[in-house]
Amino acid sequence: MTSPPPDKAGAADTVTGGPRRRRVRGAPAGRGLGGAPLPLLLPALLGLAFLVLPLVALLVRAPWRSMPDLLTSTEVWQALRLSLVCATAATAVSLVFGVPLAWLLARVEFPGRGLLRALVTLPLVLPPVVGGVALLMALGRNGVLGRWLDSWFGITLPFTTAGVVVAEAFVAMPFLVISVEGALRAADPRYEEAATTLGASRFTAFRRVTLPLVAPGIAAGAVLAWARALGEFGATITFAGNFPGRTQTMPLAVYLALQSDPQAAIALSLVLLAVSIAVLAGLRDRWMTAS
Amino acid sequence: MTRSARRSRRTLRAVGAGAAALLALSACSSSGSGSSGTSGDSAAASASDKLSGTVTVFAAASLEESFTTLGEEFEKAHPGTKVAFSFGGSDTLAASITAGAPADVFASASPKTMAIVTDGGDAEGTPATFVRNRLEIATLPGNPDEIASLKDLTKSSLKVVLCDKAVPCGAAAHKALDASGLELTPVSYEEDVKSALNKVVLKEADAAVVYRTDVKAAGDKVEGVDFPESAQAVNAYPITLLKGSENTGTAKAFIALVRSAVGQKVLTDAGFLRP
Repeated sequence: MTSPPPDKAGAADTVTGGPRRRRVRGAPAGRGLGGAPLPLLLPALLGLAFLVLPLVALLVRAPWRSMPDLLTSTEVWQALRLSLVCATAATAVSLVFGVPLAWLLARVEFPGRGLLRALVTLPLVLPPVVGGVALLMALGRNGVLGRWLDSWFGITLPFTTAGVVVAEAFVAMPFLVISVEGALRAADPRYEEAATTLGASRFTAFRRVTLPLVAPGIAAGAVLAWARALGEFGATITFAGNFPGRTQTMPLAVYLALQSDPQAAIALSLVLLAVSIAVLAGLRDRWMTAS
Repeated sequence: MTRSARRSRRTLRAVGAGAAALLALSACSSSGSGSSGTSGDSAAASASDKLSGTVTVFAAASLEESFTTLGEEFEKAHPGTKVAFSFGGSDTLAASITAGAPADVFASASPKTMAIVTDGGDAEGTPATFVRNRLEIATLPGNPDEIASLKDLTKSSLKVVLCDKAVPCGAAAHKALDASGLELTPVSYEEDVKSALNKVVLKEADAAVVYRTDVKAAGDKVEGVDFPESAQAVNAYPITLLKGSENTGTAKAFIALVRSAVGQKVLTDAGFLRP
């Protein structure tokens, strides 16, 4: 209450949670929001409102009274459980294949590396439905590779939970690869070289030196991949179909509920929102330090 | 130096991600376009025979082929007009109409989905049934699994897809299965009749329960198997003018074409039954 500007800044800070974060991260105090030039502050606040308002609208329009009934149905729990299991499995798959791929892109010089990097990031910009169609053509029962999987091993991926994991991993893995590759490029390769000159094999050096060095990057990538997999819709419904308990994840349940019961769709959306926020908030510090 | 290079690369990457997000946004919004009806013409159009402007027709996915043909005929008969279609699951269409999607005409695959629009107060007048449709089993070409009846679909070795119960074709399939006392566990409940059929066209599923008209439209990519229980679940297709229409004259003319002898011929040729 001393002078107008700090007061105004204080009010704005409570909205954005600014000071708390500053304290947590221990960054220099800097100038308050009151010092921010209006041409920057105004669009920033509009941008914030644009991102947050739809989520607030979900809360406003939520059918709180019928919520308990809507959320205790077995279909909801099936869908939520399946979503969590599949997103986690897809993240595991992404870790197993994505970390070595990121290492290859960051540490090994070879012709066509730029093209390879572009291909790896392609699923980021590809519409997920297109990804789903591509997966059908490749791994479907009649697909380029799927035909052989079927006739040799009797494995068919479409319409199975494994198919959901495949679809989610396809769209989520690039997020992990990009994060880990960025972390690897930022990490000093001299530590690895030192380890190898001291007698460690290249793989040991990777395992004992590089991996711990880029662990925050891997964690960040894993969180991003997990979140992306949790929200995956297009590729899943195209490649894996929609069957409650087997391939119907939360986003699919939300989409189909919206057609017959919008109230239920809002309730389901809120559950997914809560889960996402809980995970991102829980892992925020590790995520933040990596970026 | 390396740090700044790294930073600029990171900035570039962030810019790229932002651009990708914007692209995704614009891609989403573009699906809603194509409905740029020229307003202001409606009064002139209803006053005289001269029709003009764009009619936006929301129609059930099963009507895609025959309505596309009718749209072309309409545009030929009335130069200066344009018929823009949005085909999809009747429930999705009905939901978007009640949510304010700009459309002039709605043709749904069941009275139940039409009721969503009429109950929402979005229909002008009373919807009229213009065709009926029966279900058929779509199998792989040559019917390698020798499916001859609805009961054959319950074999556990078969991958069968159905439409979701929220969509008319799914509701009808459910009714037919109930009428015959059969329990059928599909591998997937698809979001509309075309995606159910396409799983068979792509040979990912062995059979699907879809409309007769869809089997016919797919040509030799699938083989149709008639089943008597389909008589228990005949779908009536209602069509209506919408309240939000800004081009009522042209929209009414399109509805008239659908219900005319010419329109009925196109529809029955596609396998629909007369109302």
